[in-house]
Amino acid sequence: MIAFILRRLAQSAFVVAAMLVIVFFGVNVVGDPIWMLVSPEMDQQQIAETARAFGLDRPIWEQFLIFLKNAAQGDLGRSFIHGESAIKLILDRMPATLELAFVALFMAILIGLPLGLYAGLKPESRISRMIMAISILGFSLPTFWVGLMLILTFAVSLGWLPATGRGPTVSILGIETSLLSLQGWKHVTLPALNLALLKISLVIRLARAGAREAALMDYVKFARAKGLSQSRIIGVHILKNIMIPIVTVLGLEFGSLVAFSVVTETIFAWPGMGRLLLEAITRLDRPVIVAYVMVVVVLFVVINLLVDLVYSALDPRVRLTEATS
Amino acid sequence: MKPFSVTGLKALGLAAIAMPVLAVTAPAQELKVGISAELSAMDPHYHNLTPNNMVSRHIYETLVGQDEKQRLVPRLAESWKAIDDTTWEFKLRKGVTFHDGSPFTADDVIATLQRAPNVPKSPSSFSAYVRGKELSKVDDHTIRIKTAQPAPLVPTDMSVVAIIPAKCKDSTTEDFNLGKCATGGTGPYKQAEYVAGDRVVLTANENYWGGKEPWSKVTFRVMTSAPTRVAALLAGDVDVIEHVPTADVARLKGDAKLEVFSTVSNRVIYFHMDHFREVSPFITAKNGSEIKNPLRNLKVRQALSMAINRPGIVDRIMEKEAIPAGQLLPDVFFGTSKNLPPVKFDLAGAKKLLAEAGYPDGFKMKLHGTNGRYLNDTKIIEAVAQMFSRLGIETEVETLPAANFFSRASQGGAGNTPEFSFILVGWGAGTGESSDSLKALLATFDPKKGMGATNRGRYSNPDFDAKLDEALRTVDDAKRDLALAAAMEIGMKDVGLIPTHYQLNTWAARKGFKVLPRTDEYTLAMGIRKE
Repeated sequence: MIAFILRRLAQSAFVVAAMLVIVFFGVNVVGDPIWMLVSPEMDQQQIAETARAFGLDRPIWEQFLIFLKNAAQGDLGRSFIHGESAIKLILDRMPATLELAFVALFMAILIGLPLGLYAGLKPESRISRMIMAISILGFSLPTFWVGLMLILTFAVSLGWLPATGRGPTVSILGIETSLLSLQGWKHVTLPALNLALLKISLVIRLARAGAREAALMDYVKFARAKGLSQSRIIGVHILKNIMIPIVTVLGLEFGSLVAFSVVTETIFAWPGMGRLLLEAITRLDRPVIVAYVMVVVVLFVVINLLVDLVYSALDPRVRLTEATS
Repeated sequence: MKPFSVTGLKALGLAAIAMPVLAVTAPAQELKVGISAELSAMDPHYHNLTPNNMVSRHIYETLVGQDEKQRLVPRLAESWKAIDDTTWEFKLRKGVTFHDGSPFTADDVIATLQRAPNVPKSPSSFSAYVRGKELSKVDDHTIRIKTAQPAPLVPTDMSVVAIIPAKCKDSTTEDFNLGKCATGGTGPYKQAEYVAGDRVVLTANENYWGGKEPWSKVTFRVMTSAPTRVAALLAGDVDVIEHVPTADVARLKGDAKLEVFSTVSNRVIYFHMDHFREVSPFITAKNGSEIKNPLRNLKVRQALSMAINRPGIVDRIMEKEAIPAGQLLPDVFFGTSKNLPPVKFDLAGAKKLLAEAGYPDGFKMKLHGTNGRYLNDTKIIEAVAQMFSRLGIETEVETLPAANFFSRASQGGAGNTPEFSFILVGWGAGTGESSDSLKALLATFDPKKGMGATNRGRYSNPDFDAKLDEALRTVDDAKRDLALAAAMEIGMKDVGLIPTHYQLNTWAARKGFKVLPRTDEYTLAMGIRKE
């Protein structure tokens, strides 16, 4: 078990290092950040001074060495735009994104699982067909369009929910959250639903496939023959077995919910780290882009590890030591 | 010279609305504004960036103000005058206090001008407005600014730098972000809350020297996506939004619950072209063989300008939210010419000129531009490419993200020269007069003198340079106005660049809210009133 975790961490360190190099040099291929920093009214001398102050006048490999030197001392760089530590900027905005991603994840489970189960157990019914048709839409409609439609419907036409922004936050154990007030939930509903839509469809499909397969299994037939109630058969025997693939996939998808909520955050003016990334990319704020990628890599590594642990808890046949062999 | 010089006092013939003068009665009036770009800090000297300056204007004031048409007006300085060609004297307003009640004096101005150019890690500092100026305090309410050369733009420079209290001169950018400069500014609003990337909340300064504002609380919310701003306004999340997308203007105007306000902007959209290479990298003969750079021929440049259907662009692409341009700033601004109407669309004439220039069959040219940096930029460049095709020039278009484009357009070519042959760009005149446009875009590129910094076509004309130089040394407003206009005429008649249109700045508000539209794109609570 410990060997497994250590090995995982070593692999992750390699991934982080590779991503660092790619992102650092990749940004420079796009353009020299100095042109996105300086005000157009500055003259050549001031532009040169600013470039010097940020070290952008040096060759790129030299900039990279300086970065590595600072990184070794725990300094991942300051945002060109904000002048603050890039990691701090990201961590400051992370709670908002995590909040959104968690709500979206729960929506995916709470909406997707019952619908998928129903569609799997009664595959021929009209409702099941409708559920499956809707899940195709969930997969294929672009997020930005659905987001705008949600705003137009629920905020502009019906006026039930606010169109943009995050509700008032309170600090719990040092973490800012808006989920403790009704106003906060009103704000989070639309963006979370928008973010969850694809995942809901995914869960529906996984649950349906799993339920159809499990319903034919011997243990289900046996349970039925034993006279167990339908709700116990579904709730315990089928559900527990179809959860294994769903947990795996959702675990991985949670990472992408956090890392790539860019579109949803932009449309709903949600003050999370996705918008920070978008701003950083459009303005070539290299330290923020690099730090963001590192945070995301670490996040994925941690999630993968957790998924493996949960997986082994759900399925006694899986032993983590085997995974390393 | 008049006691204080009002630069460019000219009537703006466009939609200026009368501001109703309101007696403040209802308490706790709140104003919510959706803004289009994120601030990078609350430190007024950290970053010379539109959203930063715009929010900072509420809290901190400048010696000289810019009104909605960017004309200079007294603010913390009651009056100013040039004592001689190299000395300006500013009389400071008496009885002004900072938010904590401490008085504003000459020492605060001196401390500000020391701090402004030296903020550490500033991505774009205010040094341009401060350097080369020697300050002296005459008395508590009089200061003098001495320069080595005649500097007519000192009052204009002083309309950009926000005055902070001397007590906060050592505060860091982070201190300002956290609101730790407790003395505050002298402005009509106080900083209440700043959540980076999300919102800024301001509260009224009850003791403002200019009279209390009607809004007890103002919230600026960052909404970078244009459809989101419109939706937030429609849903009632905010009362006012800026930068209404052109495609939505007509619909919002038709909505009985909303009102739209607009005025001409200080931003011109134009084509810069390769003046400096014998052979231009993106221009060839139609068969692909190398030819001499045709853009160095005046007749070719004139032909290209005449082939552009400016009213067509304004009507069809900009949905009438623009005005055809004949120079770098609309002629209501200071230092512009009355004799430069937009070049008329004349395809036959253009063809004739092109033939006279020795290109009866045209040539092949690739146009470059941004996608999403300026309003409808990609559509404009594609339309112009088609217009050039009708002239007989085979065109290709490549649009790039701003991050990639500006780097290459500024220094992507051999020896860090501009890479492209023909580009679509825009320029906003932050000073509200033409000297900074002329200096940056058309003056000969010269790093030593700081001229032509954004001259991405490397246009160079000694006559133009001489006239501009004369203007920049003329302290007398009337004479400088004429000299700048003359320089503008030289540059435009020589087709140093090809202007297409001036953008309009547009705001939309819920019914009952009145927005005073500004040429500088700033959204100021001081210019928003409720009926």
